[in-house]
Amino acid sequence: MFSYIIKRILMLIPVLIGVSILTFSLIHLIPGDPAKSMLGEKANEAQLEALRAEMGLNDPLYSQYGTYVAKILQGDLGESVQSKESIATEVADRLPATIELALFAMVLAIIVGVLAGVIAAVKQYSWFDNISMTGALFGVSMPIFWLGLMMIWLFSVQLNILPASGRLSNDIQLGLITNFYLIDSILTLNWPAFKDAFLHLLMPGIALGTIPMAIIARMTRSSMLEVMKQDYIRTANAKGLASYLVIFQHALKNAFLPVLTVIGLQFGLLLGGAVLTETIFSWPGIGRYVLNAVLGRDYPVVQSTILIIAAIFVIVNLVTDLLYKFFDPRIKYD
Amino acid sequence: METQPNLPTEPPVNSQKTAHPKSPSLWLDALQRLVKSKTSFIGLCLILLLILTAIFAPLIATHEPTSQDIINRYQAPSSEHWLGTDELGRDIFSRIVYGTRISIQIGVIAVGISAIVGIFLGCVAGYFGRWLDLIIMRFIDILMAFPSILLAIALVTVMGPSLRNAMIAVGLVGIPQFARIVRSTVLSVKETEYIEAARSIGAKNGKILFSHVLPNCMAPIIVQATLSIGTAILDAAGLSFLGLGAEPSIPEWGAMLSDGRAALQTSPWVVTFPGLAILLVVLGFNLLGDGLRDALDPKMKQ
Repeated sequence: MFSYIIKRILMLIPVLIGVSILTFSLIHLIPGDPAKSMLGEKANEAQLEALRAEMGLNDPLYSQYGTYVAKILQGDLGESVQSKESIATEVADRLPATIELALFAMVLAIIVGVLAGVIAAVKQYSWFDNISMTGALFGVSMPIFWLGLMMIWLFSVQLNILPASGRLSNDIQLGLITNFYLIDSILTLNWPAFKDAFLHLLMPGIALGTIPMAIIARMTRSSMLEVMKQDYIRTANAKGLASYLVIFQHALKNAFLPVLTVIGLQFGLLLGGAVLTETIFSWPGIGRYVLNAVLGRDYPVVQSTILIIAAIFVIVNLVTDLLYKFFDPRIKYD
Repeated sequence: METQPNLPTEPPVNSQKTAHPKSPSLWLDALQRLVKSKTSFIGLCLILLLILTAIFAPLIATHEPTSQDIINRYQAPSSEHWLGTDELGRDIFSRIVYGTRISIQIGVIAVGISAIVGIFLGCVAGYFGRWLDLIIMRFIDILMAFPSILLAIALVTVMGPSLRNAMIAVGLVGIPQFARIVRSTVLSVKETEYIEAARSIGAKNGKILFSHVLPNCMAPIIVQATLSIGTAILDAAGLSFLGLGAEPSIPEWGAMLSDGRAALQTSPWVVTFPGLAILLVVLGFNLLGDGLRDALDPKMKQ
């Protein structure tokens, strides 16, 4: 197991180097002068030269890349062209909001998706199977930005039962410790804030979680159907084991492995989907931050945030692979 | 050659009459199974509807998709404007009808880019193996380290926001899926006996690859292409929604949703119908893709 982990981590290094080269190239692939593109046509030569010197754009490419990597390794992501603030600080302020939203969406997707998939498989061709799998088909095809808008219209505008934007209502006070509002409200035993933060998470979480939920439900169903045909399930049934034990202990345990891979891959989809969801729900996370940077041509911010999201995605996939190995020790790495 | 004169010889007969009933080809067989499946038939109908609407858009649309009528802005659905009007008084039904052309364009161009580049990379990596495989697949791994919509956003940042660039970006982002599927299929096909036979009669690599290997990889490629069209339409609509794709004047469904956001409280129809159109078209391609996967899978054969 230990050598597997080491090998798997070593495999990450070339990928991370490639990712850093790609994000580094971003500024240099922009047609024309990146400094002019960032500061706009009205900038004078002195301002342009100052930015070029500040970003090291006059140095040879290999030296620029070296500096870029060295700074990243020291946790220095550079400065935003627009706000002049440290990007690392700005990202650190926004990242917990995105991770809280992505985790909430993922937990929702796993609970609903796995349960729906299991029931659909156990009651194959029943009305539940038909309805849930039709729902999953719609879910996979769902434009989440449209779903988000429709939910806002229904639950915020018409029924007025859920907040349409932000992470917390203005009249709610919350002492911040981790910047994860649900956790902070539990740590400070602030239940009104917990309820408020939960209600704020609900719609963006559902919007973001819809596609993974649908994919997980479909995957769980087909994987469970495959496993339920196995001899050991027949044996378990034959020896009179309670059906819930057969389903959850014998079948789901084995059917869960392919689902686990899907969950890992879907996490990347969630991080990407966060750009759309955060825009609709005015969620102050990294997705909105990167979009504002793209629209404002703040290239260092685009570069750094994309690098961070890619790194998180790569690490999540590593963890998924390790969990896979943990759940199924037969898996060999070569 | 040895002959066996003692064996009773069968009279020559019309070979067509005695031949076993010809088993249908893979493709005909798959088509029959596809049409029999209820869900893929629905998918096929949705896609046919999309194509027919795109072809006959000028006959179906009740208004010009770009003609503005400020006095009649934000009109609710009525007999004059079936799906209402938007913030510039444009007829939403007509814009959705013309939007089908953009969706098809996005699907064909984006998936065309993904498929051509992906198939080429997958073929080269799978067939030639060794260092070419190593380099190509590491490059694919790097591309796959980025969540797809985020990579598309990064590419649009470099190329500048426009519908054309959004299509290119979505196309480039889809390359890894094709490359991986084609590579794995090529890896299994190249071990087959008919490839060995082709090689033994002196066929060159290019000939083997394009005449023998690639045609036998078509089934997974077609399935992937169908599913990818749905994803491409969804991603391009997402980019337009974020202001990184089609300009507001173009009747692209994602851009229409983005325009209508401001009036969500008072005129929800402005966002409802373009979103439904995206959902149905993507659903159509997903249903057909799923159906094709089952139909082309020999294991599913009854």
